[in-house]
Amino acid sequence: MTREQKRNLVKGLLFTAPWILGLSIFTMIPALMSLYYSFCDYSVLNPPVFIGAKNFTSLSTDAVFWKSLNNTLIYAVVALPLGTVMGIALALLLNQQIIARPLFRTIFFLPSLVPLVALAILWQWIFNGEFGVLNHALSWFGIDGPNWLTDTTWAKPALVITGLWGVGNSVVIYLAGLQDVPRDFYEAARVDGANWWQQTRHITIPMISPVIYFNVIMGTIGVLQIFAVPYVMTGGGPARATLFYTMYLFDQAFRYLNMGYACAMAWVLFVIVAGLTLFAHRMSKGHVYYGGA
Amino acid sequence: MAARESLEVDAGTLTTQRILGRVATYAALLFFSVLFLFPLVWMLTTSLKSIGEINTSQPVWFPSPPQWENYKIVTAKLNFWRYALNTVMLCVLTVTGTVLSCSLAAYGFSRIKWPGRDKLFIITLGTMMIPFPVLMVPLYALFKEFGWVGTFKPLWVPAFFASAYNIFLLRQFFMTIPQDLTDAAVVDGCSEFRIFWQMIIPLARSALMVVGLFCFMAVWNDFLGPLIYLSNENDFTLALGLQAFQSQHGGTDTNLLMAAGSVMVLPVIVLFFFTQKSFIEGISLTGLKL
Repeated sequence: MTREQKRNLVKGLLFTAPWILGLSIFTMIPALMSLYYSFCDYSVLNPPVFIGAKNFTSLSTDAVFWKSLNNTLIYAVVALPLGTVMGIALALLLNQQIIARPLFRTIFFLPSLVPLVALAILWQWIFNGEFGVLNHALSWFGIDGPNWLTDTTWAKPALVITGLWGVGNSVVIYLAGLQDVPRDFYEAARVDGANWWQQTRHITIPMISPVIYFNVIMGTIGVLQIFAVPYVMTGGGPARATLFYTMYLFDQAFRYLNMGYACAMAWVLFVIVAGLTLFAHRMSKGHVYYGGA
Repeated sequence: MAARESLEVDAGTLTTQRILGRVATYAALLFFSVLFLFPLVWMLTTSLKSIGEINTSQPVWFPSPPQWENYKIVTAKLNFWRYALNTVMLCVLTVTGTVLSCSLAAYGFSRIKWPGRDKLFIITLGTMMIPFPVLMVPLYALFKEFGWVGTFKPLWVPAFFASAYNIFLLRQFFMTIPQDLTDAAVVDGCSEFRIFWQMIIPLARSALMVVGLFCFMAVWNDFLGPLIYLSNENDFTLALGLQAFQSQHGGTDTNLLMAAGSVMVLPVIVLFFFTQKSFIEGISLTGLKL
């Protein structure tokens, strides 16, 4: 190594020193510890005791674990596509030649600024079975609304609706993607007689496919860790209908002090997240078009 | 002549179609605007109602008279100013720590060439894949070892040791600054730190603003962190305090809950209106440049 290279190495290490420390102390070592704890009986009050794969075998027969995983996957399968379609649809609306576009964009974006605890409390009130404004609105159409949050059938849909209210963040991202699509593409298509739907289907969607891909990946990772809103709104009830994965993990770790068990759950979650991301990556080949970016 | 007429007819139908499209677009925009704004308005109006105006199956749209004292009552009951102070303090510490440490690291990853740099950067990106629950338990054990459980430290100290996502964002921005700009300074014998502090940081003000804003929002919003580490009621943040208040008064004092919620939302919305440009740019950036 030349003197110059050595000097650069020292400089580089100095600038990244806080991060190298942070990466080791707050990420790498904890990740390894977590992996170790997942094979231990560990209550945090006593030192961990190695028990082999027992946490994982217990998980496989834990009905509440399966229930929480099932709830989370159902929620993800419904909420993600709905959120994606709605996000793109609203962005397409905003991308028309309209006046006051920034105003409408702000209106759609505002709800995603609401802190989750406040958001949960607000929607709890809207979904109130007796005095809630949603059931009142439904009564205009002669519909007798359910007791949303205390009904095992309706609690999950209620949470999906709550989640959709925060779609504005992805609307902003999609809109930015849409505005990057070159105008001439549409003009050429119009000359060829393509209608609005054909233009959307064959130009817009392929051109913003990297943005969709990014949003779907980030959305998947986020939705599998949903915690604050259901914790505040339903506490996991009724009859565990809204007990999501991270909530059960949190209960195991900090309510029952089964920290080893919680770590085992966390690693199962990691494998699911990694698997889904890999799957999305495979799926994206041939469907995501990077020419425009 | 006939051909010209048919052309005109065509143009005519096209315009009607266009007008219809226009009307449909604005109708849809208005419809969704009402849908998105209504819950916020409903929170505000509910916060100004009396209990009698809430527990009625015939909703009251405009409280009369507006019960402004609900806000006074809730700030007293909730220990509001204390929680607000705690939250703001955490925000200031976290934003300072994040912006400082992440810009230092991003500089090291973008503007100095050193062996091992790119490998370390790949690892950095890789850590973004780790879901928080994986780290939750060992971090708790670690902070318990430090004697930090029940203090604010677990919530702000890590911010001074940077975070992968923000490093990534800032690095992207730093790389767009032309190398020639700083090369001249090197020739003049400027130290690397002076280049960082006096040239790069001022140039990157907008990117730093974005990182700071998002960091502020994340702390203001954070519920899980305070829930894990804070046990003394005097140390609660607004999010945790509001949740505690809800679990005690839920179902009874809805007007007070909505007042507390409004007070928690208001600063964020005010901040948004002052920094709208950075906000929107930042969000667009996160989605597009990865």
